[in-house]
Amino acid sequence: MNSFKLSLRLLYRDLRAGELHVLIFALVISVGGMTTVGFFTDRVQLALSRQGNQLLGADLVIVSDHPLSQRYTGEAVKLGLNTSSSLKFPSMVVKGEDNILVGIKAVTAGYPLRGELRITDDIGKAISFRNDYVANGIPSPGSVWVGEKLAARLALKKGDVIEVGDAHLIVASQITLEPDYSIGFINLGPRLLINAIDLPATGLIQQGSRISYRLLVSGNAGLIRTLRSWLQPNLTSGERILGIRDARPEIKSALERSEKFLSLAAMASVVLAAAAIALAARRFTMRHLDSCAIMRCLGARQNEVLYLYLYHFIILGLVASVMGCLLGLLAQEALVYWLSAMITVELPWPSLFPFIQGILVGLVLLLGFALPPLLNLRSVPALRVLRRDIGVSNAHSLTGYALGFSALAVLFLWKAGDARLGLSVMIGFIVAIVVFGLLGFLLIKAISGVRSKAGGTWKYGLASIWRRANSSVVQVVALGLGLMALLTLTLIRGDLLQNWHTTLPSDAPNHFLVNIQENQLEPLQEFFKQNDVMQPSVYPMVRGRITSINGSIVVPDNYSNTRAQRLLKREFNLSWANEIRSDNQIIDGEWWQAIDKGKTVLSLEQGVAKAIGVKLGDTLTFDIAGSTFSAEVSSIRKVDWDSFRVNFFAVTPPGVLEEYPTSYITSFYLPQDRMDMMSQLVIAFPNFLVIDVATIIAQVQKVIEQVTKAIEFVFLFTLLSGLIVLYAAVISTQDERIHEAAIFRTLGAKRNQLISAWIVEFSILGSLSGLFASMGASALGYAIGRFTLNLPYTFNIWIWLIGLFVGVIGVVAAGMLGTRSALTSPPITVLRRVS
Amino acid sequence: MANSLIINPIVQAISLTKHVKSSDTQLTILQDINLEVSIGEAVSIVGASGSGKSTLLGLLAGLDIPSSGKVYLNGEDIFSLSEDGRAELRGYLLGFVFQSFQLLSVLTAIENVMLPLELTGISDARKIALELLGRVGLEARVNHYPKQLSGGEQQRVAIARAYVTHPKLLLADEPTGNLDSSTGDQIVDLMFELNRERGTTLILVTHDESISSRCTRQIQLASGRIED
Repeated sequence: MNSFKLSLRLLYRDLRAGELHVLIFALVISVGGMTTVGFFTDRVQLALSRQGNQLLGADLVIVSDHPLSQRYTGEAVKLGLNTSSSLKFPSMVVKGEDNILVGIKAVTAGYPLRGELRITDDIGKAISFRNDYVANGIPSPGSVWVGEKLAARLALKKGDVIEVGDAHLIVASQITLEPDYSIGFINLGPRLLINAIDLPATGLIQQGSRISYRLLVSGNAGLIRTLRSWLQPNLTSGERILGIRDARPEIKSALERSEKFLSLAAMASVVLAAAAIALAARRFTMRHLDSCAIMRCLGARQNEVLYLYLYHFIILGLVASVMGCLLGLLAQEALVYWLSAMITVELPWPSLFPFIQGILVGLVLLLGFALPPLLNLRSVPALRVLRRDIGVSNAHSLTGYALGFSALAVLFLWKAGDARLGLSVMIGFIVAIVVFGLLGFLLIKAISGVRSKAGGTWKYGLASIWRRANSSVVQVVALGLGLMALLTLTLIRGDLLQNWHTTLPSDAPNHFLVNIQENQLEPLQEFFKQNDVMQPSVYPMVRGRITSINGSIVVPDNYSNTRAQRLLKREFNLSWANEIRSDNQIIDGEWWQAIDKGKTVLSLEQGVAKAIGVKLGDTLTFDIAGSTFSAEVSSIRKVDWDSFRVNFFAVTPPGVLEEYPTSYITSFYLPQDRMDMMSQLVIAFPNFLVIDVATIIAQVQKVIEQVTKAIEFVFLFTLLSGLIVLYAAVISTQDERIHEAAIFRTLGAKRNQLISAWIVEFSILGSLSGLFASMGASALGYAIGRFTLNLPYTFNIWIWLIGLFVGVIGVVAAGMLGTRSALTSPPITVLRRVS
Repeated sequence: MANSLIINPIVQAISLTKHVKSSDTQLTILQDINLEVSIGEAVSIVGASGSGKSTLLGLLAGLDIPSSGKVYLNGEDIFSLSEDGRAELRGYLLGFVFQSFQLLSVLTAIENVMLPLELTGISDARKIALELLGRVGLEARVNHYPKQLSGGEQQRVAIARAYVTHPKLLLADEPTGNLDSSTGDQIVDLMFELNRERGTTLILVTHDESISSRCTRQIQLASGRIED
């Protein structure tokens, strides 16, 4: 027999008869959903990173404390990448009698490679975004662009001449937005941007000068990766690579978490697709038992029957997956259109990868979850043609589904891109299937046990559930899993957004004041009061350098870790406090009590502890302004650096550091329309170092907002996949239900009686699914949040109510919709059709 | 055809017994059935409901497995064959007509008739099927689906399907059971005509005396035994 040809013909006939609609629908939407998620991770993530790169001014930056080798620029140019360089260093700027320490940045043509540099000609006024514009290039030779604080401190006007080292330079514009502005001591204080051509004339670049050399590179993402891997082995001591993730911890965590969420959404759609396909394939099999029996009766061998439908499914899988990919392509086009308003960088055309991935996923899912019921078709007894009540054994189900789960496991690990996340989700769902199945069976048995006591429609509703016990359990498990995937995503999404909102609220501190002296604390408080701005908390700060660990002298260059080298070469910020800050968390050891006042112990930030290899009980010795101070590490703290609040690497109890030279530091929120206060503050307290992070915060908030929107979009797609599972679940027992309804109606059952019985049945199925889903989602949500996304756990009672509500309403609505034809068509039509 | 050699008797059942287990009791459906059907015979199996008629037919066709006993079809011990071996034997030797027609609902009339030919890989299936549908008087309804056909028309399609492979033996299970008497008569006429034309051996299960009397031999079943 030419199975393939016959299979094609049967496929065509099944298609024509509408037998495959549910399966195709499930497959197209799930592959479409997954492909769209693929585009998100592939394309939008790239765009979001680029958006993030605007904060870096480039796609990749090489930073060094010595002039960079020309080979680096040469290699970048050879790859066809754009380059630009900059030097940053602190120096004095003089205007007449006044002088001030500023952070100078000398740049070459092309700067910035990503993001925009905005300037205004209204020098000396508070930053006004209304009058600024995108700079066309960099300051021309002989001229400088100044930061707001520098303009305020030296009362600069356009055309003023300032002295920078030996050079006399003309003030041309004021900077309003600088893309690669970052927090770091080299950036403290007012800003000055000059053309690198003027550098030699200043005479400031000398041996031993504290200069940060930067090479900025931008271009095609693949080429950037190539350059990065070429650079890694070639970097020398003091040189390091900065990508957006290295430079911005707050963006890094936002991007990483959103990537994980998107992976999770992709996995949820895989679970949903698997559930929908398993249900649809089961229905397909049930509807083809007779055909198989007839074919067996007409002489078809067991394997012929199997191959007939196997080819059927492979062809179907291919066609539906291609359709799904096309849908994904359309969806992503809509996405690009929608994103164009929020992503300013050019989106690269998607690669072929999501298509190949989509088709593979479609085929693997279809074969993985359609094969078990298909294998059972092989063993349909031919005797069924004489006795229709003879069913089919489920002998192959276990092997088949084991195959399906293995396929799902591979897909999970692949889609998750994170073995831990993939494994935890997979184990979560497998445990859920077993638990839902067992609990479902027991509860259905228990519920139906009371049917003899129930009256009227309840009795029939309960009887229906028990009569279809196997189907009911399958429905509850599939619906429970689908809903669980959706609820887990809802939970994680909520936690993620809530977490971002709390770490970066709209009134997050956007200014830091450093170098406040003790005698200035009261005047500063008065200043805030006068200006009607909330008085911020002020923290003491002592600066010290680590000289020995457990009595051994520290030699920074002996550390292979560049971060350790940097940390040990520079001065640390130490502080004291009674209570632990709310954004700090002890991960090892204990915080001190009030009676520990004066005890020489300290709490160290975990990142620092790890970098310099210090653990609980070690003794650190600091050099503080020439004096020696030693303390034992009594606790290791985790600090939420994303919060932009003042935090310290090392904290001691009160009564320990007070004798050392102390200055104070504070951070506060100043609304955009109160920026004028800063000019007054700089004049009133000339020794203060003011760090303005408003721009950074605004940019971080923008990136997070965009990531949030992307997450919402993907979530909608997953929701749609969830609806298909619901449809597939309800329709899986539709034939039986319609047939029974016809018999009931023939026997005189009224419309309302039938409707009530169905509502009872669907409500029970829906509430069981909803409850199981809430249970599973709470557990999985907790595990994912706690162990892979590092989010604090919050118990969510709503998820139980939502699960129950959505389960009941969804299943009842979909169920009633699916069976309504049984109420409208004459029973005889239904009975004839079914027989 | 795979096997054109015809062995006489074409059907031979020896001590055929069938028990089924029902909870804790064992029911005997058929007891020690011995039966021979020669080529060209038309044999009816008659008996009351529950007498085991359909079970016997299922066993003779190799659709079911006996508790003990043997069935030889065209000289072949069918229960010594595998499931697939029996399917292959059915494919070239047997034709079936059922009470409930057993047409595939997704296939049109012609497609249903073509199916056995397609399963055996015959190339001009459509042409042969079309001829046979013409013979049963359905040339105007070839592209109709079963649900668009009346009961009588559906049974004609089933008869066309049964004869399309030129079976040596036709097994019919209450072929008029779902039809009114006048339609039933037409169907029986058609079956006997085709039987004559093609020299097919016929085994027919019925409880209709008038149909039974048209057969060359009647076998009466009662409580799972053949009554002499």
